[in-house]
Amino acid sequence: MSDLGLIERQGDAGFGDYVQLLKPRVMSLVVFTAATGLLVAPVPVHPFVAFVCILFIALGGGASGALNMWYEADIDAVMRRTRGRPIPSGRIAEGEALGLGLALSGLSVVMLGLAANWFAAAFLALTIFFYAVVYTMWLKRATPQNIVIGGAAGAFPPMIGWACATGGIAVESVLMFALIFMWTPPHFWALALFMKDDYSRAGVPMLTVTHGRPATRRHILAYAVLLVPVALALAFTSIGGPVYLAAAVVLNARLLWGARTLARRSEAAAEADGYRAEKAFFGFSLSYLFLLFGALLADAALRTVLPGWGW
Amino acid sequence: MAIEVEHELHARRRGRNYGLGLALAAFVAIVFGLTVVKVAEVGPDAAAAHRADGE
Repeated sequence: MSDLGLIERQGDAGFGDYVQLLKPRVMSLVVFTAATGLLVAPVPVHPFVAFVCILFIALGGGASGALNMWYEADIDAVMRRTRGRPIPSGRIAEGEALGLGLALSGLSVVMLGLAANWFAAAFLALTIFFYAVVYTMWLKRATPQNIVIGGAAGAFPPMIGWACATGGIAVESVLMFALIFMWTPPHFWALALFMKDDYSRAGVPMLTVTHGRPATRRHILAYAVLLVPVALALAFTSIGGPVYLAAAVVLNARLLWGARTLARRSEAAAEADGYRAEKAFFGFSLSYLFLLFGALLADAALRTVLPGWGW
Repeated sequence: MAIEVEHELHARRRGRNYGLGLALAAFVAIVFGLTVVKVAEVGPDAAAAHRADGE
């Protein structure tokens, strides 16, 4: 190996590597749901302040992603899906990721406090703590319920967005939280079904490893059934409307159908067609969340244009 | 004749420096913008009242 090769491996990372450390794909979901929470809230926010709030909520989410990658570098190195991440591939040193995660956590919380209010900032700090410590450090390697409880971290952003506008919590923001919270387990368990060996090789107690794949399929169906009333209830709050109700009915029917298909499939059938139904369900579950939050935005926009829209 | 050997490593370092520079510039712009909006939201009357209270 040349000396130059050694220098490269020891952390002359490009700017993109640092961006990758912030998990930009997860960030896009955080941005979208936080923006929805902020925009559907009954208190108007100055557009620039709203932009800054969403930016720093996203940065806080990214910071927790960096802390997660720092702590999980050993697992990431074993799993095929995560082997190319900046730390296991040697482009960024572990300490650097920790430093970046802590610095951005502090910066994002303080900036959100200054831009919006300290309640929202405390909420963001709680979210970072929940993801980086409660989920990553305490739950992920300890219990197959890791996804269920850890899902709360991903579910907080719309509540933070709402808190930025209103300074508090309401039934609407709690239901937006509940929607993502109940959606997370079936979404990730579908992924675990077709990412077959990765989790067992890394020693992560995913439900597929601890309780078996048929039990995981039944859990997906159970959580999909529990998700439906939460999704429908949101339609009858002050932020719901006809667009959301129609979207919720169609999407939840499709979700239930997909979950039922997964629950009835045998492992042999799934292997025979390369986990097609599982991959389709995983892809659909992503669209499900984006479309439901999009429908909330559509109703909010229609309420502004057409006075008396909704209920 | 000058030796000009540019390794991919240098390009990556340059990219990182530009990226960091832009991020810092964006942060300054955000703080400035936020200050302008916050001051405008308070308004000149409230600012004057606040000043009078302090005196």
